[in-house]
Amino acid sequence: MPADAPRLHFVSDEIGRGAGPGPRHGGESNVKLRDNDHVVGYVFAAPFILGFLIFTLYPIFSSLYYSFTDYNLFESPRWVGFDNFEKMFTADDKYWKSVSVTLTYVLASVPFRLAFALAVAMMLNKAFTGIGLYRSAYYLPSLIGGSVAVSIMWTQVFGDHGLVNSALALIGIHTDTSWIGNPSTALWTLIALSVWQFGSSMLIFLAGLKNIPNSYFEAASVDGANAIHRFFKITLPLLSPIILFNLIMQTISAFMTFTPAYIISRGEGGPLDNTLLYSLYLYRRAFQFYEMGYASAMAWVMLLVIAVIALVLFKTSKYWVHYEAKGER
Amino acid sequence: MAAGKTMHAPASGVRAERRARAFSAKPIVYHVLVGGLALVMIYPILWLIASSLKPNDEIFANAYSLIPSRFAWENYVTGWRGFAGNTFATFFQNSLLISVVSTIGAVASSALVAYAFARIPFAGKGFWFSCMMMTMMLPHDVTIIPQYVLFAKLNWLSTFKPVIVPQFFAVPFFIFLIMQFIRTIPVELDEAAKIDGCSKYGIFFRVVMPLIVPALITATIFSFYWRWDDFINPLLYLNKPELYPVSLALKLFLDGESLNNWGGMFAMATLSLVPILIVFLFFQRYIVEGISTSGLKG
Repeated sequence: MPADAPRLHFVSDEIGRGAGPGPRHGGESNVKLRDNDHVVGYVFAAPFILGFLIFTLYPIFSSLYYSFTDYNLFESPRWVGFDNFEKMFTADDKYWKSVSVTLTYVLASVPFRLAFALAVAMMLNKAFTGIGLYRSAYYLPSLIGGSVAVSIMWTQVFGDHGLVNSALALIGIHTDTSWIGNPSTALWTLIALSVWQFGSSMLIFLAGLKNIPNSYFEAASVDGANAIHRFFKITLPLLSPIILFNLIMQTISAFMTFTPAYIISRGEGGPLDNTLLYSLYLYRRAFQFYEMGYASAMAWVMLLVIAVIALVLFKTSKYWVHYEAKGER
Repeated sequence: MAAGKTMHAPASGVRAERRARAFSAKPIVYHVLVGGLALVMIYPILWLIASSLKPNDEIFANAYSLIPSRFAWENYVTGWRGFAGNTFATFFQNSLLISVVSTIGAVASSALVAYAFARIPFAGKGFWFSCMMMTMMLPHDVTIIPQYVLFAKLNWLSTFKPVIVPQFFAVPFFIFLIMQFIRTIPVELDEAAKIDGCSKYGIFFRVVMPLIVPALITATIFSFYWRWDDFINPLLYLNKPELYPVSLALKLFLDGESLNNWGGMFAMATLSLVPILIVFLFFQRYIVEGISTSGLKG
C-alpha cells in the first residue's frame, strides 16, 4: 500500500497533464515555474526593469544628491547644502540668460511647429495619386532634421553668403550679415530649424484626421456650417487628444534641444549667449568646467519645471480636450 | 469637403458641375500652393546635395543656385580623407557598428518587455508600466551626469560600451510601439497554442514573434536612425578620433584648420544622410505607420 500510493499519483498526474513521462517532482515544479505568470512576466520584463534601475532610477537620485554638493569628478563630492541653487538663482547672469533663451525657443518653436503641422495635415487630407510625394516632401526634413549634417547645412543656409542671403539678393535685398552671427537673429535660425521639422507631428495629425468620419462634415454642411465652423466645431475638438499628446511631447523635446545649438554656435552658445539653450549651458558647466554639482542642480530645476508644465497641461486638458466616450465635453 | 458641396446640387446638375470643375482653377491653386511649399521645404536639402558637387569657390558665389557649373566630384575625395589620419572609412565603420549592434539590442529587448506588458498578468506590472511611461517623458539631462560618473567608474570611457550597452535594456518608445501591435493580435491564438501544450516562452517565440514582424521592422528603422544621428552620447564618451562616428566627425569640419574645405564638408554631410534616405525610400510605409500609431518622433 505505501509503495502503491506514489505510483497512483504518478499515473493520475500523467493523465491530468497529458505530458510525457519524467521525474515527477522535478517535472512538476519545472512546469509550475515555467507557467507561473509572475515568474514569466519578470523574466520577459527583466531588460526594462534592470535598465530602469541602473540607467534611470539610480541616476535620478544620484543627481539629486550631487545637486547639493560641489563635485568636480576627480575628488569625491562635498556637501554644500543649497549653495548651488542659491548661486544659480541669485548670482549667475548666464543662467538667467539661458533660461530666457530657452523659454523663447520653446514658446516660439512648439506652437509654430504644431500650427504648421495641423495646417499642412489638413491640406494633405485628401486622396489622389501623388499625394504620397507631397507627404514625403513635408516629412523628409523632420526625418533627417536631428542629424549633425542638417545642423551644419543650416549654418551655411543662414551664413553671410548663404542660401537665404543669396535668395534675398534676388529680390533686391542685399545684405551680407550672417543670420547666425547676428545676436538678434541667431536664436530665430534655431527656431526656424525646429519649425522646419514639423513633419512627424503632421503625420500624427494626418492619422487623426483620417479617423474623423466624413459624415460629420457632410451633416454639418447640410446644416449650413461653413469651413470655419467645421474646423472649430468638428476638427479641432476631435483632434484635441492628439494635440495634447503632441504638445506635451514636443514641449519636452524642445526643452532638451542640444545638437543644433551646439553645432550652430560651435559649442559656445553665442553670439552673446543668444543661443545658449539650457541643455547646452548644462553641458558646458558639467563637461567643460567639470562643475557636476552645479549642473546636476540645473538638471533638477529643469526636471521640476517640465513636470509642472506637463502637469498643468494634463490638469487643464479637461477644459479643452474632448474625449468622445464622455460625449459632450 | 467637396463631397459636401455636391450634395446641394440637384441630381440633374451633377454632370454640369463636374464638367465645370474640370476647368476650375481650384486644383491648380492647390497644387501651386502645396507643391510650392513642399519645394521650399526640401530646397535646403537639395541645396546641400548641389553644394557638395560645386567647386569650392562657387558654393557661396551664387548660393541660391542648384546647378553646379561642373560636377566637382573631388569634394568627395578631399572630404573622405578625414582628419589626422582617420578617413571617413573609419567614421562610417564606427557609425555602422554602433547603429547595428545597438539596434539589435534595442529591438530584441524591447520585444520581450512589450510581450510581458501586453500579455502576462504579473505582480507589479502596473507599477513598472508607469515607470516606463515616465522614462519616456524624462529629460535625459537629469540622468546624463550620474551615467557619466558610472561609466567612468566602470572604466568604459573612450570605448563603444557606454553608447551601445544601455540600448540592450529596452527602449520605452519601442516597448510602447510593439505593445500596441501585440494588442491587435487576438488572444485566442495564444490560448490555442497554450492548449496545444505551448509554454509562455513558446507562445512568444512561435506565435507572437512571427506576427509582430512589421512592428519590429518599424522599431528597427527608428532605432537605426536615432543611433546613426546620435550626437550627444558620442560627444561625451568617444573622445578618440579613431572612435568617432560620422556625426561627430562632421563637426570637425567646423573646427580650426579645416574651415575652408566647404566642398568636402558638404560632400560628407550629404554622404552621412545617404543611409537614412535609402532606408526611407524602401521602408516608407513602416515609418509613416510607426509615427501615426504611436507618435514616435521622426
